[in-house]
Amino acid sequence: MRRLRGAIGFALLTALGFARGSRRRRRPARIVAEKEPAPQAELVVALLLFAAAACAAMFVLAYALDWPHLTQYLGLSLGAALALLAAAAVVAGRYVLPSEEVEQDYPAGRLDEQEKLAQIVAETREGITRRCLLLGAAGAAGAALGAALIVPAASFGPLLDTESFYYSPWRRDRRLVDEHGVPYRAEEIEAESFYTAYPESADREEMAAPVVVVRVDASELDLPPGRETWAPRGIVAYSKVCTHAGCAVALYRKPRFPAAEPSPALVCPCHYSTFDPAKGAAVTFGPAGRPLPQLPLAIDSKGELRAAGNLSGPVGPAFWGVRTRRPSA
Amino acid sequence: MIRRAIRFADERSGAAPFLRKTLRYAFPDHWSFLLGEVALYAFFVLIATGIYLTFFFQPSTDPTVYHGSYSPLDGLEVTKAYASVLRISFDVKAGLLIRQTHHWAADVFVAAIVLHLIRVFFTGAYRRPRELTYTVGVLMLFTALLEGYLGYSLVDDLLSGMGLAIGYAVALSIPFVGANLALLIWGHPFPGDPDFWSRMYIAHVLIFPLLIAGLLGLHLALVASRHHTQFASRPAQSERRVVGLPAVPAQAPRSLGLLLSVAAVLVFLGGLVQINPVWLWGPYHVSQATNGAQPDWYLGWLIGALRLVPSFDLVVGGRTLVPNPFWGGALFPLVVMAALLAWPWLERRLSGDREPHNLLQRPRDAPVRTGIGVGFLSWVVLIFMAGSADRALVFLGIGYMSQIWFYRVAVWVLPVVLGLLAWRLCLGLTAMEAVQAEQERAVRSALPE
Repeated sequence: MRRLRGAIGFALLTALGFARGSRRRRRPARIVAEKEPAPQAELVVALLLFAAAACAAMFVLAYALDWPHLTQYLGLSLGAALALLAAAAVVAGRYVLPSEEVEQDYPAGRLDEQEKLAQIVAETREGITRRCLLLGAAGAAGAALGAALIVPAASFGPLLDTESFYYSPWRRDRRLVDEHGVPYRAEEIEAESFYTAYPESADREEMAAPVVVVRVDASELDLPPGRETWAPRGIVAYSKVCTHAGCAVALYRKPRFPAAEPSPALVCPCHYSTFDPAKGAAVTFGPAGRPLPQLPLAIDSKGELRAAGNLSGPVGPAFWGVRTRRPSA
Repeated sequence: MIRRAIRFADERSGAAPFLRKTLRYAFPDHWSFLLGEVALYAFFVLIATGIYLTFFFQPSTDPTVYHGSYSPLDGLEVTKAYASVLRISFDVKAGLLIRQTHHWAADVFVAAIVLHLIRVFFTGAYRRPRELTYTVGVLMLFTALLEGYLGYSLVDDLLSGMGLAIGYAVALSIPFVGANLALLIWGHPFPGDPDFWSRMYIAHVLIFPLLIAGLLGLHLALVASRHHTQFASRPAQSERRVVGLPAVPAQAPRSLGLLLSVAAVLVFLGGLVQINPVWLWGPYHVSQATNGAQPDWYLGWLIGALRLVPSFDLVVGGRTLVPNPFWGGALFPLVVMAALLAWPWLERRLSGDREPHNLLQRPRDAPVRTGIGVGFLSWVVLIFMAGSADRALVFLGIGYMSQIWFYRVAVWVLPVVLGLLAWRLCLGLTAMEAVQAEQERAVRSALPE
């Protein structure tokens, strides 16, 4: 009896052992490396997450209550929430989760696959007898269809009509007005000062519209031939749009360093093209390739400034053929 | 629970083998490998903040009278585009935070791409089999530059109008087709047709982001397919075996931390550091310009190039053949892009090295490349610095014209000098290392066992 009990007990134990053993064997080999638990690091991560939550809640609160200096508080609270979350992620990655390294093979070239691809292409082509004809036809179809698909893009603008580049609102007898539409009087134009004028009752956002008006000492005036009458009482007007890259020539340099910068100059603040107002706005420094177009001036019986004709050349940045003609109304 | 979810997903997608590989993908470790990641995360921030801004921005040059919290401009006639940006900045709660974060993210995005490119260049990471990854990255850099330019041009403040005028002049300056091209894009001579704003808007919020996202996806897919490069910093790291942190569990929390850090820095900047205060510049008018406002940093090299070119248009038989802005605004960036794209193939030709490489080089290990790289980089950087000559005049009082004359010479001389110096330095460093290794070997063999 005792033996029997012992035998049964032994069998049971062995069976249990086998069962446990087999259960243990069924558990697969580890993929991720084992890691000692780090309860303190977990606590730190939890604290960082709570702190992030608090900052994010502060963002909501600041937004809802519309605190003064709202932008700053919103940036601070949201930035802090994100920074704390970042810290939590980094601490978790470093101290809570296992940081094992893995080793892998770099992908090698698969010559067999490449060979098979080439074979597929080659065998597909084999059955075609009139290869050139088909290629030509497909090329024609592709080219024509491509053209048909791209042609609607021509509606974007007057592709071939470059006439509009020569447009100018200036014409004989048009008055020069200031930004409020008040005509400029010749006596208002003082030396060493700088005025922006527009053509009376015309669109001021056209590139050819704004001109700069300055008064130059008559003794210094040295305009190109044919412009002797364009500067009554030494007052000259030039297009205000730089001939280099189209910015407004918004600086007027008074002589400051006689040795290096001897005369007043019109300067563009974008790339510092420098024009001499006494010499027909000839380029004295910087990248511009041609002078500012000049507007011939006249003074009418009331002493107001009027255009005596159109600008001396096309306005603004240069393009293919810009020098070939003068602007028209 | 997790098992059931995985079984559900895999039965329907068959993604388990792919995902298992992805989770164990090895990331070799080096701080400089994070630069590309920073660019990726800045792009995420750009998308998120950009979407928010589209809910308020009006891409229209129709006139409107501004009435809003910013009293200095109250009652002024402006365009709807400009007025809506003022509203975002002053009257939309959190609007200024999002707008400034978006702007900062754009600056950081391009900066991270450039630094990443410099890292990739000087470590030879672009060599076979990764030339395509590199090519896609370079294309992404130039797409990102255009995207940033479009973004700040949309606002229609004084600065953006000046930038657009310059862009228009550069388009116009392209020989033979410039005038037609500009008419096609602007619809009318500058400032252009109202449709131009619709075109710019859809380009900025859809076409270019899609382009960048597509290139980005391709870039990452190519990186993953060839695996990351690595430095041979331990014996197991070789041309055939990559050693690094697995995506899960080691790399994922680190990358998440970096994503959140980048977002945190950008939000801090957006909330605390003012950028592009368009209300100070005022609305754009053809007749106005200022030099108090500076464009974003990544356009500095083009401004420098435009400023350095001496005064001339190429005129043949009374016809302007090549207007001046072409050299600095179009040819220069095209040359830089072409040189970057051609380099991997050029280096293969020059060095005769056509082998695949998975191990990175230190700059000193490839003295000729490092010399050429330093020369090329200093060429671009010097031209960039020439673009800030007016700031040096304002803050340091150095004469503008003398600076420009200095740079006109220096951009051709200094890169050669610096390139040669870098080359010589590389040779010296490797020679020194060889001597040290020799000494160590001698000491070791002299020691008793």
